[in-house]
Order: sequence, then structure tokens, then C-alpha cells
Amino acid sequence: MASRAQNLFLLALVAVLAMLPLAGSRYLMELAIQVMIFGLFAMSLNVLSGHIGSISFGHAAFFAIGGYACGYFQTTLGLPFPISLGGAILLTAASALAIGAFCVRLNAIYFSILTLAFSMLVWSIATKWKAVTGGGDGFVGITVPEFIARPQAFYWFTLVCVSVSVALLWLLTNSTMGRVFIAIRENPVRASFLGVNVRRMQLIAFVIAGTFAGAAGCLMSLYMRGMFPESAFWTQSGQVLIMVLLGGLHVFVGPLVGAAVLYLLEVFIGQYTMYWQLVLGTILLVIVMVAPEGIAGVFRSLAKRSSSGSGSHA
Amino acid sequence: MTNPTFLFIQFMNSVSLAMNLYVVAVGLTMIFGVMRIVNFAHGAFYMVGAYVLFSVQRATGESDLGFWAGVLLAPVVMGVLAFAIERLLLSRLYDKDHLLQLLFTFALVLIFKDVVKLVWGAGQQSVSYPPALSTAVNLGLAYYPAYLLLVSLVGPIIAVGLWLTFEKTRWGRIINAARLDREMLSALGTDVRLVYAGVFVAGAMLAALGGALAGPRVAADPSMDGLVIIDCFIIVIIGGLGSLWGSFLGALCLSFIKIFGVLFFPEWEVVLVYLMLVLVLLVRPWGLLGQPDEERY
Repeated sequence: MASRAQNLFLLALVAVLAMLPLAGSRYLMELAIQVMIFGLFAMSLNVLSGHIGSISFGHAAFFAIGGYACGYFQTTLGLPFPISLGGAILLTAASALAIGAFCVRLNAIYFSILTLAFSMLVWSIATKWKAVTGGGDGFVGITVPEFIARPQAFYWFTLVCVSVSVALLWLLTNSTMGRVFIAIRENPVRASFLGVNVRRMQLIAFVIAGTFAGAAGCLMSLYMRGMFPESAFWTQSGQVLIMVLLGGLHVFVGPLVGAAVLYLLEVFIGQYTMYWQLVLGTILLVIVMVAPEGIAGVFRSLAKRSSSGSGSHA
Repeated sequence: MTNPTFLFIQFMNSVSLAMNLYVVAVGLTMIFGVMRIVNFAHGAFYMVGAYVLFSVQRATGESDLGFWAGVLLAPVVMGVLAFAIERLLLSRLYDKDHLLQLLFTFALVLIFKDVVKLVWGAGQQSVSYPPALSTAVNLGLAYYPAYLLLVSLVGPIIAVGLWLTFEKTRWGRIINAARLDREMLSALGTDVRLVYAGVFVAGAMLAALGGALAGPRVAADPSMDGLVIIDCFIIVIIGGLGSLWGSFLGALCLSFIKIFGVLFFPEWEVVLVYLMLVLVLLVRPWGLLGQPDEERY
């Protein structure tokens, strides 16, 4: 039931976003593009943190790998656009497989720390490998194909990419595999007694999460026409984790909500004061102390309370 | 590059950097070891230490007394702040998900960063060396700055002091007990809340002391927290989360690789650091001197 409300919410969201260009505000569109990209990034992290219950501190690594690879294929090598995009996503998937194979051997805090270490390794390589990444100054001047060069065209492109990705993630969540992920989150030992190969499932989740983060990174590099090492820095991994926690870990649309709220807060508070981090930090503090289940979680428990007695679980 | 004087100075630089970082990192490892909290705000506490020293030095002028008063006041100020944070806010989260505690320390990072900018400005503030230690000491192979030599000695003193406290005193035994079995300790009549508050405050004070000691070397800067926290993470991970001597060893490993890495692989020393970290974690996920969780319980 709560899940049906979420489906309606998603459909309404797509409808509103599809009509947004009618408002004729370029600023609004640019804002929406960034919110959608961060939303996808946060959704991808939640495959790990929310679904299978492994908290990654280093998810930004895959965002950066996707972005740099897209820029490198597209600009330095001059490959056709579909090949650059597909190649970048494949490369991110491959690196997620390689890094994940090591990380899933560890549990809990040790898993988190190894992901942090790998992401800082990616950051340090991005800072130093000037020939490929442009070093500390970043990879600038990424060429964008003609058909998405204009802001409105890029808006449509982003909307389609993000909607398709979210739809794929939705299918995954509601598939048998998605149920197995949740079983592992709730009780890995019992899941393995039932014959589930927990490590392999965690690796699959890791690769899925990394791949979609890479896709978000591709979009961001095309949007900004550049990619910078800060994208892989630990604070970026921290920010996307905040988005997920802010929205609510255990609600499908939670990370989308969290990304939108956090990003818009940053932008709007930034317009009024240079001390936006202070305001943001205080808001976070209040949420942690008062509404620990996240924004979407609060709405869900309100919805549950108002339709009490049905006894169903989302 | 093989000039012995030059190598000796690099060796001393590694040691003094290691001992400075150790003071900060050991606070982080204590907080994690006892409270199981990954304190992302530890770098912010370090930053407060450096700024307090700057303020005291500005008020008193460049004197030895002013410098050392600042070094002592830095941990006191941070300790009071940490006590308030722990009692008023953090203590309410102990029964909740670890993720919330993480998010809480993230919020502290953001808040501290801007409060520091509000109080001390967004620019860099330099801290000068104490006049009496602005000289160089003849160590036989080379002259070395007296101040950095002193910093190199503070590390081992704190390490031995902490070791004695944890192994030989009643307080140390209580803290160990809180780490191993919080409920049992509480059932035996110890106020565990007080132990947690004490550990958090002590850890924060060590961070601020490390920040003050680093002041003349790095200058106070509102972005100094982001890199030091990563150095500290690397140190405690290599050494083993919660292990006191582990962070001593980890600090030495990190500093030597950083400083000698520049000599042999210029530009790539940072990559070298993270490669070492990943390698250590693959072989011993719980760090060089740490213990796997299963064995601890």
C-alpha cells in the first residue's frame, strides 16, 4: 500500500518533470538536471546501503570513474557518443567488480573502511594521472554531441536516462533478487542457511550500485563539460550517504527525496548566506535527533498511522 | 639523494610528522575503540586546537609563555565543547543505529567548519614558533629545529602515558571493561555514561592538542580538517581500529611513506599511501596490531 503510494509519487514526479520545460525557466531546468543526477547517484548507493545493508563510504569513486571515462572516450579518443557512454558504463561496472571482489570479503565497519580506502586511491590517481584525467585541475572541455548540446535537449536526455535507470532499479527491487538482498540485510546468517550465496549477492549488489553511480557520473561530466578529482574525495561519498540517510534508507524513493532536499537546501541557503554549511549542519543535526528514519520515512509512518488497522508491511 | 645529512633530515621530518599525527589519531582510535563511533568531526577538533593557539598567541604577543599557554588552553577549550556535545546530543544516540551517529559527526563537521570561519575568518592565520625553540639543535649528522624535536618527544610521552593509564590504573581497567562489555560493567555498578563522556572528551582533547602542536608547522586554516582526518583514518586503519600502539605504528608508516615516497616517486607519493592502505587491509582487514572482532568478544 505504501509501495503503491510511492509508485504514484514516481509517476507524478515524471509527469511534473516532463512539463517543467513549459515553465520556460532555464535556471529551473539546470537545477532539475542536477537534482536528477544526484538523485540517481543516491539511488545507486541505496542498492548497497538500503537494500543489502552494506554501508559504503567510498561510493563517489564510481561516480568519478564513470565521469572521467566518459570524458576520456568522448574527448581524448573521439569515439562516437553511444560507444563512449556505453564504454564508460561498462568500465565502471568492471572496476566495481574488481574493487567489490575485495570489499565484500569484509563485514560491517571494515567493509565501509575498505571502500573509503579504494575511493581515496581513485581520488589520488585522478589527482596525479595528468595524461588521462588532467590532474588536480580536472578534465575540462568535454565535447558533447550536437543533439544534446542545448540546455533543453540535455534536460530531456537527462530525464530519459534517469527515468530509465530508476525504472530498472525499481524492477530490481521488486524482483526475486531484490527480496534476497533484503533477506541478507535483515539476517545474513539465516539467508546463507537458506542456500543464498551471500558474498556473491553482495558482489552483484556492489556492481549494480557502482554501474548506476557511473551512469550518474557520465551525466554529470556531460552536463558540466568537465570532471574534477573532488568528485572522488571522501566528502563527496559522505554527501551522497547523507542524501540517502536524509531521505530514508528503507523507502524506495527515499534517496531521490533526500538528494532533492539536500541539493536544493544547499543552493537556496547559499543564496542568502555564505555560511550554508552551518545551516545545513544544523538541519542535519535536528533530523538525526528528531526524525531518524528520514524524511520519506516520516511520511511513510504518517501514512501508515492514518490507515491503521490494515496491518500490512511495505 | 644518498647524502646522509639529507636522508637524516628526512628521517627526522618523518618522525616529527608521525608523532604529531599520532597525538591526533590516538584520540580517534580511543573514541572508536570504546564507543564504536567513527568520529568524522575529529579533524574539526584538531582545527579548533590550532585556532585557539592562534588566538592566545595574538592576545599575548610572541612569547614562550603565550605559546605554551595556548597549547594547554587548546585541549581545555575543546574538552569543554566536547563534554557539552556528548552530554547534550551524542549521548542520546547511543541506543540508536550506528549510521545516525555517523550522520551526527558529519553534521558536526559542517557546523564546525562554518563556526571557525565566522569566528576566525576564511583566510589562513599563521602561528609562530615559541621564541626559545626557534633555534636548531646539533644532532651530530645535521642541525634540526628544536621545536620539531620537542614535538617528536611529545608523541612517545603520550603513548607511554596512555599505555600506563590503560594497563596500570583503575580508570584504564574500567575503560577496557566498557569496551568489552558495556552492560556487564553497568550491572556491576559503574556509571558507564561517565566513562563514555570521559573517553569522548579525552579523545577530543588529544585532537586539539595535536592541532595546537601542528600550528607553527602548518598554520591555521578552515580547510585543514579535511586532509588531517583522512591521514588519521589511514593511521588507525593501518594500525588497527581501537589499538593504541597500532596508531603509533600506523603514524610512523604513513609519515615515512609520505616523506620518502616523494624522494623516490615524486608526484605519486599519495597514490603510494593509498596502495599501502589497500594492501594492508587486504592482508589484515583489522589492521597491523588490531584484533578481529570475533576474537575480541
